Amino acid sequence: MHNEENCRFAKTHEWAHMEGDIATVGISNHAQEEISDIVFVDLPKVGQQVTAGQNCCVIESVKSASEIYAPVSGEVMEVNTALTNDPGLVNREPHAGGWLFKVKMTAPAEYEALMDLSAYKATIQK
Amino acid sequence: MTTDLKTTPLYNACCQAGGRMVDFHGWLLPVQFQSIIAEHKAVRENAGMFDVSHMGQIWVEGKDAYPFVQYITCNNIKQTPAAGTYTHMLTPQGTIIDDMIAFCLNAEKFLIVVNAACRQEDFEWMKTQSARFNVTVTDASDQYGMIALQGPHALEKLEVLLPGISALPRFHIQAVELFGEPGYVTRTGYTGEDGAEIMLSPTGIVKLWEALLQAGVTPCGLGARDVLRLEAGYLLNGQDADQTRTPYEAACGWVVKLSKEDFIGKPALEKQKAQGLAQKLTAFELKGAGVPRHGCKIFYEGKEVGFVTSGTFSPLFKGIAVGYAQAGLTPGAQVEIEIHGRRIPAVVTKTPFYKNRV
Repeated sequence: MHNEENCRFAKTHEWAHMEGDIATVGISNHAQEEISDIVFVDLPKVGQQVTAGQNCCVIESVKSASEIYAPVSGEVMEVNTALTNDPGLVNREPHAGGWLFKVKMTAPAEYEALMDLSAYKATIQK
Repeated sequence: MTTDLKTTPLYNACCQAGGRMVDFHGWLLPVQFQSIIAEHKAVRENAGMFDVSHMGQIWVEGKDAYPFVQYITCNNIKQTPAAGTYTHMLTPQGTIIDDMIAFCLNAEKFLIVVNAACRQEDFEWMKTQSARFNVTVTDASDQYGMIALQGPHALEKLEVLLPGISALPRFHIQAVELFGEPGYVTRTGYTGEDGAEIMLSPTGIVKLWEALLQAGVTPCGLGARDVLRLEAGYLLNGQDADQTRTPYEAACGWVVKLSKEDFIGKPALEKQKAQGLAQKLTAFELKGAGVPRHGCKIFYEGKEVGFVTSGTFSPLFKGIAVGYAQAGLTPGAQVEIEIHGRRIPAVVTKTPFYKNRV
């Protein structure tokens, strides 16, 4: 199961957790704190191709809309349908129940290029 | 942080309470403390407070104070001592410079409370217009800090500090002394709830903030304030109205009293009233998922008819918005609002979205 320790992070605050060639994607605890009050998640479609670094999803909070960028490239295999009725899960459990979607990776090297938790934490403390 | 941003007397208090400070028209103000949704709930169900020290206070004093305020704004100003009147100050073209509340202290003394973003321009305009009147116009904005205390339990909280204040009628003003400092309380607000706005010296306002915190009042930021005022159907000048829009276009026809002898903008408004409107500020409730935002396009019968000026997620009504659309759309009309490239169904609705005891 994914948690903050066993994920890798993009500089745009998404995390990915790899199991085989499937990466689960979410947003970091820091990102959910910044966005706060999440009220709607416009998830990608199952079967959609996403590209690392490209926006693929929108998270709406009361005050703003935030673009979410795919940390890795591939095909969306599954989306977190629990967020349809409870988008606040992303705020409460950003690294667990609040995951966004799962991608079948086409370039696993992209995953290796993401930051580990301590490197990511260093970027947000600047 | 850039140094040219202004801070209010409550800046440190807001930071201590966990406020996320943002640039709001050149002022550093809290957009939120803990959560916009929690703050919204506090104001709708209990009591919340906002730092509104950035708002402007302008005194109009002298023999012609009443005729002057009547001349520079379009509503019929009450001249009963302590009574306040919501009004608009217009250009000669009938467009909106600012919306404001004019409080009558006596026939020769009015306090006008204006928006932060416009306060300099408002003051300059009033100064210029005052030349042929026997009045003095004074910008006292820096002498006052201001807290908006709002919610069904707001008055009880203030009653503890100012016994008897609950007797102040809605939209009225009272001179008070709090913590040994002179100030004013008005029974007004921008949330659709009962409450008061308190103007006090910069040192006094900090003491009031601390006292209200102790009394369990929730500090609230601009984020919650925007949701609350939109639910209550209040205009945000600079966003829902500006110097390209008249009060008629801004759906504030009730603020225009053409029966008044003369006021700046009157001939232009008479002409517009006779000719009819092309566009009018209209309210929408989203029927699909999503959050309408400023700038989203509005479609009616497949044609683009306008755009959203203010939109948000309301914890009570989900996606709500106001925007300029072709005049004549009536409540119930089906429209679409384009959000992130997708057209989401919405319905024209009456304002306010939220109606309470005030």
